[in-house]
Amino acid sequence: MTTATPPLPLDPVYERRALVQASARQSLGRRTFVSRFMLGVCMFALVLASSILVWIMYLLVSKGLHAWSTAFFTQVPMTPTVSHPNNVGGVSNGIVGAIVIDALAVAMSVPIGVLGGLLLAETDNPFARVVRTTSEVMTGLPSIIFGLFVYEVLIIKYKIGFSGIAGSVALCILMIPVIMKGSEVAFRAVPNSLREAGYSLGMSKGSVARHVVTPSATPGLLTAVLLATSRAVGETAPLLFVIGNTYIVQWNPTKEQISLPLQIYTFFLDGISPATVATLWGNALLLVVVVLFLNMGSRMLSAFLQRERH
Amino acid sequence: MRLRDVTVSFNGRTAVRDVSFDVPENRVTALIGPSGSGKTTLLRSLNRLHDFTRGAKVEGSILLGDTDLYSREIHPTLIRTRVGMVFQRPNPFPTMSVFDNVVSGLRFCGIRKKSVLNEAAESALIAAALWDRVKDRLKMHASSLSGGEQQRLCIARALAVEPEVLLMDEPTSALDPISTKRIEELMGELKSRVSIVIVTHNMQQAARISDLCAFLLMGDDGAGEQIEVAPTEKLFTNPDDPRTLDYIQGRFG
Repeated sequence: MTTATPPLPLDPVYERRALVQASARQSLGRRTFVSRFMLGVCMFALVLASSILVWIMYLLVSKGLHAWSTAFFTQVPMTPTVSHPNNVGGVSNGIVGAIVIDALAVAMSVPIGVLGGLLLAETDNPFARVVRTTSEVMTGLPSIIFGLFVYEVLIIKYKIGFSGIAGSVALCILMIPVIMKGSEVAFRAVPNSLREAGYSLGMSKGSVARHVVTPSATPGLLTAVLLATSRAVGETAPLLFVIGNTYIVQWNPTKEQISLPLQIYTFFLDGISPATVATLWGNALLLVVVVLFLNMGSRMLSAFLQRERH
Repeated sequence: MRLRDVTVSFNGRTAVRDVSFDVPENRVTALIGPSGSGKTTLLRSLNRLHDFTRGAKVEGSILLGDTDLYSREIHPTLIRTRVGMVFQRPNPFPTMSVFDNVVSGLRFCGIRKKSVLNEAAESALIAAALWDRVKDRLKMHASSLSGGEQQRLCIARALAVEPEVLLMDEPTSALDPISTKRIEELMGELKSRVSIVIVTHNMQQAARISDLCAFLLMGDDGAGEQIEVAPTEKLFTNPDDPRTLDYIQGRFG
């Protein structure tokens, strides 16, 4: 209760004050209830969303973990025979194909993406703005379009044939805008005061970019690359019509290869028997583990490097 | 308001300690001192804003009239209708019109009656010297006002709830000199309606507008402590503590 002097009956301020206090007190019960109710609704939504993720992980682990064996990692898929009904082999062809195709994609996209990001961050002219807009649009394109593009240009037009390298090119086109965006952010995050210190010492713009900006931006660049890689590793659609298929371990990217995500699809198409279903889930689990590892690795790396610098 | 041994700490680290003084009714009290002395932390404890900070602990007693602000019996939201606050950067609700901004506090208290809202809005806007500017354009967006006008809108918004105490955290530091002058004049007129506690790092401002001054300084342990509390004229002409004298003479900033 307020200890103000007894209110003069006609003073509007005191009257209003009493009204506000009474109204606030009276509505407090309702307001607290609404507040708690909404909190409950939000919590429920959060639980619902995370429980689906938990469910997915549960399915993956319960159905796929028992498929992981030495054979799984070292052998190619095989047809079970009457004498060896449990001999389904493994996914070594998919693993090898994934390694080769993804490594090539990273090798091609990182220089282009990082240098492109550097240009976007350090210059500001109409060309840069066009590149940035184009790149942003490309990050939103359905990934199957990149596969279709590579099919049309490399396989139909230049007739290089179904091959791992064609898949790498498709993944590379997908990764470049992502790396460019992340790199630009990383370069822009370098405080201008560092650049000015370089210029004041008589360094040229390129020299500053190379010796001052890039070392500072490296943690952000690594994060961007890791994130783009984790995305590419899981993509299936770009590879769909360009890498072909193979049931042997194929290290040569100029020949047809198979990659882990696409292999889930081909397994499915080839027909699943009770014996092979475990391999399918094992493949899926492996893929998820790799992607999660890359994703979390990039977060942890970024946090670790941030701490070191401050 | 009466403060007794008020100590605020965050996760064990004390930010301001053992502050004790009385905030006189219908006067302007200024909290002054160099940065880091805990003035803003102290101010925020007066309307329980630290409730929203994890690890914040407020000890001691803060009495508004007979009510202990931190007692378990009283709900913090009710306290904040009695102790209002204006912040350093004007922060009107950007999606609402001027009118909606001013009466937002009332609406959230459950007051819907149009006549009451209209009266309160007019009274608050007149008190904030903004009525002439907006009276024909009450539906205009708050963000179309200038910085100084937005701050006066925030003052009106705080006043509409008819608090007993108005806390102001460096309200003019983000404004140009002319808006600053207008708001300082405002504070003189508002005294009759609310008791004002203002944090300012501008000594001249404190000397101009306040009746009572509390000088805070960061101690050796990093916690702000109360050095001297005195009527403004005395503090600026004949302070008791040598540290106060050093500060007002500009020996440190």
